[in-house]
Amino acid sequence: MQIYLPIAELPVDVFFIMMMGMAVGFISGMFGVGGGFLLTPLLIFVGIPPAVAVATQAPQIVATSMTGAISYWRKRAVDFRLGLVLLAGGLTGTFLGVGFFNWMRRLGHLDTVISLSYLTLLGTVGLLVLVESLRAIWAARKGLARPVRRGGRHAWYEGLPFKMRFPRSGLYISIIPVLFVSFLIGFAGAVLGIGGGFILVPVLIYIFRVRTAVVVGTSLFQILLTMIAATVMHSASSHTVDIFLALLLMGGSVFGAQFGAIAGAAIKAEHFRFLLGLLVLIVAVRFGVDLVSQPKEMFSASATEVRR
Amino acid sequence: MRRLLGAALLAICAGLRPGGAQAEKLIISLSSDVVEIRSNFTGAQVALFGSIVPEEGRAARANYDIVATTRGPRGVVTVFEKQKFGPFWLNGERRTLDDVPSFIAIVSNRALDAIAPPEARRAEQVGLESLVAGPAGSDKDAPLFRTALIRLRGDHQLFQENPAGVRFLSPTLFQTGIPVAGTAPLGRYDVDVKVFADGALVARGDASFRVEKVGAEQWLSQTALTYGLGYGVALSLVALFVGWLASLVFRRE
Repeated sequence: MQIYLPIAELPVDVFFIMMMGMAVGFISGMFGVGGGFLLTPLLIFVGIPPAVAVATQAPQIVATSMTGAISYWRKRAVDFRLGLVLLAGGLTGTFLGVGFFNWMRRLGHLDTVISLSYLTLLGTVGLLVLVESLRAIWAARKGLARPVRRGGRHAWYEGLPFKMRFPRSGLYISIIPVLFVSFLIGFAGAVLGIGGGFILVPVLIYIFRVRTAVVVGTSLFQILLTMIAATVMHSASSHTVDIFLALLLMGGSVFGAQFGAIAGAAIKAEHFRFLLGLLVLIVAVRFGVDLVSQPKEMFSASATEVRR
Repeated sequence: MRRLLGAALLAICAGLRPGGAQAEKLIISLSSDVVEIRSNFTGAQVALFGSIVPEEGRAARANYDIVATTRGPRGVVTVFEKQKFGPFWLNGERRTLDDVPSFIAIVSNRALDAIAPPEARRAEQVGLESLVAGPAGSDKDAPLFRTALIRLRGDHQLFQENPAGVRFLSPTLFQTGIPVAGTAPLGRYDVDVKVFADGALVARGDASFRVEKVGAEQWLSQTALTYGLGYGVALSLVALFVGWLASLVFRRE
């Protein structure tokens, strides 16, 4: 069954898009990430204009992260305080990111920016997470004691001014690095159509050393709020959010996310991080291969203006 | 009937244009003047009927050829060529092509090069090559970009040639369909029908139709454009609701 998308202005297959949403929702629920970093490239691949694909990600991530956030909230595994501080940085980043997105789109560089950023961002994050998790798995196998976090030992960025207490996360740190990181993630989120969960989760674990139990819930809470903002901002400025596409994706992904959450609960923490790292790295490699191999079609065309 | 009359009048006026030493007149009619895009739109076919009226007192020729060219809204297109920057293949060289139709469908009763010689085809704008102007300022690579554009648009069924698309019902009466792809851009489409005999243009006629969103599609896209903020807020609320609903459904299980 086909449906015509009013904003993307082309017909798509309903079940195909829903299946795609479901598959991505599964991964999203499993790892507490939005799943946008998988879905955006997939949508572009099926022929949805990049601008529409990126912007339409936002409402779809709102739906999945809402489901996830509710279930973590019930388990009292959301640090709202940390989430709101992350949001402040995230919103500023999203606002500037949407502006940058529109600017690049006008210049005709959007595709290049998206590909290159995916490669660097996913490559770096994927590799870091993968290496760390392998170390942890290795250590566990050898029976070595894992490095224990000692009180009083802090990285320099934790001691900057404006310190704040986050009891639920077990933190007492400066909010400057927290704001900075969430700003970057919000920016990347708006430009790349990703919630940024795959960056935020490792950042919360490794850099801020948030209590693992609240990491996924807090990340989902912050993604939820940032993506609501991205939906509104993209709708108001670039007008490229496609409601039909968003609804189809949501329909598939909210269900996928539930199964993903069940699967995610069944695996060990270091294996969980290993899989997340591997997944992110695979997507990065896919982009990398596309960028470095000789393209089959050397040309591409983009209509910059159409007189109707 | 009224539409047919209108088309006939138009065609007659076209035939009366000064400088036309045309011996025949052409009457054409389209099956509709609006292609309506609803949520189940996957493409459409606009039927075109035409009748060739020989000059008074003269018999109809037996060997008419028909070329019907349909052009969608024009616009500026930038064509990029990928180049190697360090290890990466990125968009490098680019050419801007002005006034390129976003959609071209050429249907004829036989191959275009059999219908008219190259000079006549160029002069009468018959064939994809003659409809897409090259980039401004001719350099030696310019034709590459133009051919690439024609190939790219062809891959997406936005530029197409069908040399077997026109069917003669009688020696002077013909019928054809204009294929409007699902991805076809919205706007006004101009149809230009040319009649050739022995490689020379003997008559022409034109008509037009519009491709428009209607109903919910039209309302949604209009709302998204005019009330962007409200649209975004509404969609966010819907998304929150869907997420909440899903968590309820799964909680019970």
